[in-house]
Amino acid sequence: MTQSAIPTPQTPWAVSPQQRIATGSLIALGAILAGIVVKTTGLSGKLGFAVSFFFFAALLIFIQQLRLRDLAAAKDSLLNSFALLGITLTLIPIASIVSTVVIRGYGGISFGIFTEDMTQASVNDPVDSGGLLHALLGTLIIVGVALIISFPIGLLTALYLTEIRGTLTRPIKFLVQAMSGVPSIVAGLFILSILIIPVTQEQTGLMASLALCILMIPTIARTAEEMLLLIPNELREAGVALGATQWRAVAGVVVPAARSGLVTAIILGVARVIGETAPLLLVSGGADALNLNPTSGAMGSLPFYIWKAFLTGGTQEAYARAWGGMLVLLVLIVSLFVLARYFSGRRVN
Amino acid sequence: MRVTQTLGAQSSIPAAREITTKPRRSDQVFRFIVTAGGMSSLVILGLIAFFLSLKGFSVLREEQWSFLTESRWEVLQDGEGKIESSTFGIGAMLVGTFIGAFIAIIVGVPIAVLSALYLTFYARGPVKKFLISVIDLMAAFPSLLFGFWAFIVFMASAEYWAKLINKYLGFIPLFDVPAPFFERSPFIAGLVLAVMIIPIVTAISREVFDQTPLDRIQAAYALGASKLAMIRAVVIPYGRGGIVGGAMLGLGRAMGETVAVYTVLNVVYQINWQILFGAGGNVASLILLKFGEAGPDEVDALMAAGLVLFLLTLTVNALSDVLINRFGKKGR
Repeated sequence: MTQSAIPTPQTPWAVSPQQRIATGSLIALGAILAGIVVKTTGLSGKLGFAVSFFFFAALLIFIQQLRLRDLAAAKDSLLNSFALLGITLTLIPIASIVSTVVIRGYGGISFGIFTEDMTQASVNDPVDSGGLLHALLGTLIIVGVALIISFPIGLLTALYLTEIRGTLTRPIKFLVQAMSGVPSIVAGLFILSILIIPVTQEQTGLMASLALCILMIPTIARTAEEMLLLIPNELREAGVALGATQWRAVAGVVVPAARSGLVTAIILGVARVIGETAPLLLVSGGADALNLNPTSGAMGSLPFYIWKAFLTGGTQEAYARAWGGMLVLLVLIVSLFVLARYFSGRRVN
Repeated sequence: MRVTQTLGAQSSIPAAREITTKPRRSDQVFRFIVTAGGMSSLVILGLIAFFLSLKGFSVLREEQWSFLTESRWEVLQDGEGKIESSTFGIGAMLVGTFIGAFIAIIVGVPIAVLSALYLTFYARGPVKKFLISVIDLMAAFPSLLFGFWAFIVFMASAEYWAKLINKYLGFIPLFDVPAPFFERSPFIAGLVLAVMIIPIVTAISREVFDQTPLDRIQAAYALGASKLAMIRAVVIPYGRGGIVGGAMLGLGRAMGETVAVYTVLNVVYQINWQILFGAGGNVASLILLKFGEAGPDEVDALMAAGLVLFLLTLTVNALSDVLINRFGKKGR
């Protein structure tokens, strides 16, 4: 074969099959060494194996790089190994949590639990009797009322930060940030100290909504702010140039353009508070019967239902009930999240 | 307004509009409403501080500094159920809060930073997108879920580590135990908090790393740097403040955590420095624990404890905000 005039592009730095095989066999060797260590020393079980496997695999690849190339490359490979370790350690809990909830909660789910409440059943009864209707509706009402109160406040805060940009922008940004760090139990205590003890003397769903507002406003405000910042400035300028006042430009151009972003803000705010437990334990009362009126009487909620089944039960049935409730909660959160992705992914048009 | 004969044959020039920088009435109203809404965070935070102090004041005045240093929480009652004397102190719980939060930071932050590095500089394409969404989702998981998962699944593995550390490092007082009781220890609670803050710190670190100027990264590569050298020379100096700020944010979250700690930790009223031993505390879980049977006087003490917790997390959050904003955008 004669040499052609145009050489084909070469990538000498690309990983060759031999190198792949060499690396693969080194990792396999690491696994074997780890097995030997687990057999002979105090380390035992899957965890011990995982640790020694990582140690040996990283070490062997380090030595290989050191022999083939130089110290810098070897150190680089070490960082690679550690970054992989980091992401693995981050993902293991989430995989474990999701699989635990699905496997254990599956048994606690039946059609009946969506149609009954717990007035006729105790947590230790078989899963067939009683259900979480009161808890599900209670959560929806509590979160819905909280949303009705928080969304205007959060949106106004975001508008102040993006449209008015007064002298207080920086402090308010900081305060919103600080507010998002308020521990949830403090939110519950606050509602207790300002309303329940001095005024109403009654734990109701509305009180729970107000406590959740404190946790929800910062999430909505920050997400809405980010979404409003994405709106191109030309849109605002075009509105003002056509003779609109600032109010008309914001209400007629900026906010409608950011509509899907604001939906994202709402969804993320709801996802933030829907599983919140501590304030509900303090202020919602946690009824076992269906109560659709947030202004009077105790109101059940999903977190309270799970908490009660888990802590006061102790039997297999109670655990199954708790995990079933947890699965419902997890499904709610995941679907909210997928919705948020969908809405935030849509471009401004 | 001199132009009144516009109905006449000759069209006339309308009067010049008054040019002013003063906003219209509608805009003034709009600005007022939005500014008032923007103040809401200030108002709410102020109200929280005010009402918690109002309720907790009597207890704080009575106990003074010993509220922070004492480790007793007792209400003595006489025969008829009247309160004879009461002592409130959250010393042990405060120490426990710090221990748990620091374990969470020490374990969680390195893992979070490494996974942020992986997400920014190693992962590509759809895998990267997927991993980012999964970690964001995990940040939105309720603490209830973390708590029960930790209690049912995670505790066994964590106990294994606790025993291992105790076996080989037991000569250090911190890792010694008075009795072989490793379940529900501050160590395990700290690990659970670490799992909870990892997604938060990862998300913040990733955002900071993403802001590293591309030209500097490429300049480092062009000078022949390996990925490690590039990260050490460009990314870390640039993102150091952001990482520290993110860690502080995680610290604040770990300090205020209630339900997960309550589920996992064995709350005991003593200052316990032996982190592997199954006894500890946390201000937030104390509030939850004592709230159920608390009388009016005790509720006031819980309000005072809540105030301490609130001020603590506020300080930590303020520090993190300063760090992220002040040092977030520097580098070589």
